Amino acid sequence: MNSAATPTQQTNSPIDEIDRALIQMTQHGLPLTPRPYHTLAEWLGIESGEVVRRIERMVADGIIRRIGAVPNHYALGYRGNGMSVWNVPAEKIGELGPRIGALDFVSHCYQRPRRLPDWPYNLFAMVHGRDRAEVADKVAQIARLLGADDHGHEVLFSTRILKKTGLRLGI
Amino acid sequence: MLEPLDRAIINRLQGEFPLCEEPYAQVAEELGTSEAELIARLQRLLDDKILSRFGPMYHAERLGGGLTLAALAVPEERFEAVAAQVNAFAEVAHNYQRDHHLNMWFVLATETPQRINEVIGEIERLTGLTVFNMPKEQEFYIGLRFDA
Repeated sequence: MNSAATPTQQTNSPIDEIDRALIQMTQHGLPLTPRPYHTLAEWLGIESGEVVRRIERMVADGIIRRIGAVPNHYALGYRGNGMSVWNVPAEKIGELGPRIGALDFVSHCYQRPRRLPDWPYNLFAMVHGRDRAEVADKVAQIARLLGADDHGHEVLFSTRILKKTGLRLGI
Repeated sequence: MLEPLDRAIINRLQGEFPLCEEPYAQVAEELGTSEAELIARLQRLLDDKILSRFGPMYHAERLGGGLTLAALAVPEERFEAVAAQVNAFAEVAHNYQRDHHLNMWFVLATETPQRINEVIGEIERLTGLTVFNMPKEQEFYIGLRFDA
């Protein structure tokens, strides 16, 4: 059993060499075999119970958000995908961000730095809808929620995917 | 066209996936189908690119790496050339054209946090354009879930 795996060369790395190998094996997907953790264990030369424990630990540490499917939202008919960006008072963002993030049509919500003078927006919310009109209607709902704290906003629609390889963790 | 069972699979698999010996069998039972049928349909949804992927979703920063969103204002006549220059970096995970003055938006995922600034420097040197680096300062929600 390789339970005494050596720490990796990266300082402060929260994972060891076996985790690293497990991540490399699964970043493209979980094996579609009846016992996928057993399959991974065979590849790694460890017990399947250890694979499960390592995944559980990475979930607990927030290294794995979840195990699940990522739909291609275009293929599911969500053709309106707008990045709405908002200029809101910095001192209120901690209160406003979670309220916008809680809306069921917002998939990601982040605070990001302004880049003045070109870019005054500090709150980003990805809004999805069947078409652009539906996205516009949802953006209007956000604007109503923000009220006077909306100091300006825009919606940037993607017109083309130039690259989408997903995260290839070079580890 | 997606059948009702395909939709049920897509919706179910956006939630929690069990960490037991035979997880596909467990999910199949919940959905009232067989393990073999679930695996076959899942394979087809991936092959047909209805699903981008199925598996653990890793949080890049928690692995000690760097992650950021960056944007460029690319002159229209140079757009394709700059897209090729940017996409040539393995660290560019996603890149989208958007209808705005800042018309190119890409996600950088790097092995180390320091590498973010190196890649941005290289892109600026290669393109002669200013990269607007907008790393997230706070995350309020991330929960991509689509009803199929």
